[in-house]
Amino acid sequence: MDLLLHQVLSGLATGGIYASMALALVMIYQATHEVNFAQGEMAMFATYLAWTLLQGGLPYWAAFFLTVVVSFVGGVVIERVIIRPVENAPVLSVVTVFIGLLVIFNSIAGWVFSYTIKPFPSPFPEQPFFGNSYMSSHEIGSMGITLLLLVLLFVFFRYTPLGLALRAAAQNPVSSRLVGVRVGWMLALGWGLAAAIGAVGGMMIAPVVFLEPNMMGGVLLYAFAGALLGGIDSPGGAVVGGFLVGVLENIVGAYLGTELKFTVALILIVTVLVIRPSGLFGKAQVSRV
Amino acid sequence: MAILSSSALSRQQVVGLVVLIAAACVLPLLLPNYRVFQLTMALAYAIAILGLNMLIGFNGQISLGHGAFYAIGAYVAAILMDKAGMPYWLTIPIAGGVCLVAGFLFGLPALRLEGLYLAIATLALGIAMPQILKHKALEHWTGGSQGLVIMKPDAPQWLHLSQDQWLYFFTLAWTVLLFFVAWNLLRGRIGRAMVAIRDQPTAARAMGVNAAMVKSMTFGVSAFYTGTAGALGAIGVQFVAPDSFGIFLSFTLFIGVVIGGLSSISGAVWGALFIQFIPNVADEISKAAPWAIYGVFLIAFMYVMPTGVAGFVRLVRARFRRGRVTQ
Repeated sequence: MDLLLHQVLSGLATGGIYASMALALVMIYQATHEVNFAQGEMAMFATYLAWTLLQGGLPYWAAFFLTVVVSFVGGVVIERVIIRPVENAPVLSVVTVFIGLLVIFNSIAGWVFSYTIKPFPSPFPEQPFFGNSYMSSHEIGSMGITLLLLVLLFVFFRYTPLGLALRAAAQNPVSSRLVGVRVGWMLALGWGLAAAIGAVGGMMIAPVVFLEPNMMGGVLLYAFAGALLGGIDSPGGAVVGGFLVGVLENIVGAYLGTELKFTVALILIVTVLVIRPSGLFGKAQVSRV
Repeated sequence: MAILSSSALSRQQVVGLVVLIAAACVLPLLLPNYRVFQLTMALAYAIAILGLNMLIGFNGQISLGHGAFYAIGAYVAAILMDKAGMPYWLTIPIAGGVCLVAGFLFGLPALRLEGLYLAIATLALGIAMPQILKHKALEHWTGGSQGLVIMKPDAPQWLHLSQDQWLYFFTLAWTVLLFFVAWNLLRGRIGRAMVAIRDQPTAARAMGVNAAMVKSMTFGVSAFYTGTAGALGAIGVQFVAPDSFGIFLSFTLFIGVVIGGLSSISGAVWGALFIQFIPNVADEISKAAPWAIYGVFLIAFMYVMPTGVAGFVRLVRARFRRGRVTQ
């Protein structure tokens, strides 16, 4: 029982990171109906950026916030320059561009920073908080940051005019444009936010999986699983889904071994898509013939 | 998208094909063994890309995980040769057959997935494959992370060819056969049904096309081609190991399809040459350079040449012909 509780709690910690990555995916999906396959590699690249800043002698939190800001700007630039031309192109063209981005980020990271594995520091103390024996302080800390991020996003989307404009642009671009919302910039803003959220996720997972160009492959897969389980068009659902797959991954890992980690994600993804493609909280898609 | 030429080849195309095949037969006699080996791999890639192109280009189902079927084909061939002592030529059709079944079975749940969702599911398959191959339960057969080493077949005595040359001609024969079959399949009734489902799914159904059957069959045939290529490639490399069939192999095949030209049979050859020989050039800059170049090419092609090299060739030929008429 103790083992199970331990696994659930540490699953919640990784789940928090999956939840933030899933949230980033859902943000882009809501705005553009595209799934960003390069999300994980963008986060990985941002983490390398943070690593470089830390090597340059910056204190952790300065590097953290600087990375988030740079990622935000990077996301906006990628949307304006690379994604804009294929905005109304068929799905295949968009997927192709994302795969192109993915391999570019991956190879440039390998080129510049080499493929050797690097340790990445955690901002939280080594001793567990309050001497508890269930969760390390990094697990508690990263979960706290994820939850804080969620609250901030909720407040932003719910209570600010800009958040409202973003939601409007995603839901009904034509009407939004008519009432004066600059839809193109809202999409770019959505990309910026997603990139920033991804960067936070990357910096939180890096102390666990270590820093290397392929570190996000598994994380992205679980983020997909989480987003699909919760419903790809539902931000709240993506968060719940992320936590759920985190817990599931840990329990399966504890009892069946971690060698089939990705296979579990594969089975989960296919099962969700076949049985309930709209996920737990998503709206079923109806198309007019 | 390409217009399917329903009629037989024009005389020009027949002459071109004969010259191409003749060149393909003479070339390995002039080149050093290492280059011959590279050409053999390019032929295997061409088969794999043709298979993936049927699925993505002609049928509109996006797969980002076809490396998994390539891996299955390679492993079936390797296991049959290593554990069952089967002759190499017999393993190729068996590997293809196993992949046909595997692809058909994966195609069944894929029926319910459209566009992006299928891309995600196949991506997961591609990422999960090396893990499955490494798993303890299969270790007795697959050799775990060590992989399997297989012997390169000798040429028949009376031919006086080196092993590499013989393997090249063996692969070339398979390539010609499979391209011929694909050409017939795609310009016929089934090919038209595949394209109809891609472009107008509702209308295709209304016309009596059994969409579910055609789609899962396409998945199966596509996996058959890719698996056959995997088996040929494994015999060429003489070695199979889980980590050589990672997700980046799937990306490589996908890149070959897009660069070569979607819904084009000749595109498969262009794509294969691209993914086989660009890394050779780029490797001299850095280990990571090929992928940076792939990525840049991929995005650039989507903007300026979405029909790939094959589409560009078609464009040049059309312009050339039009020029001649006006003169």
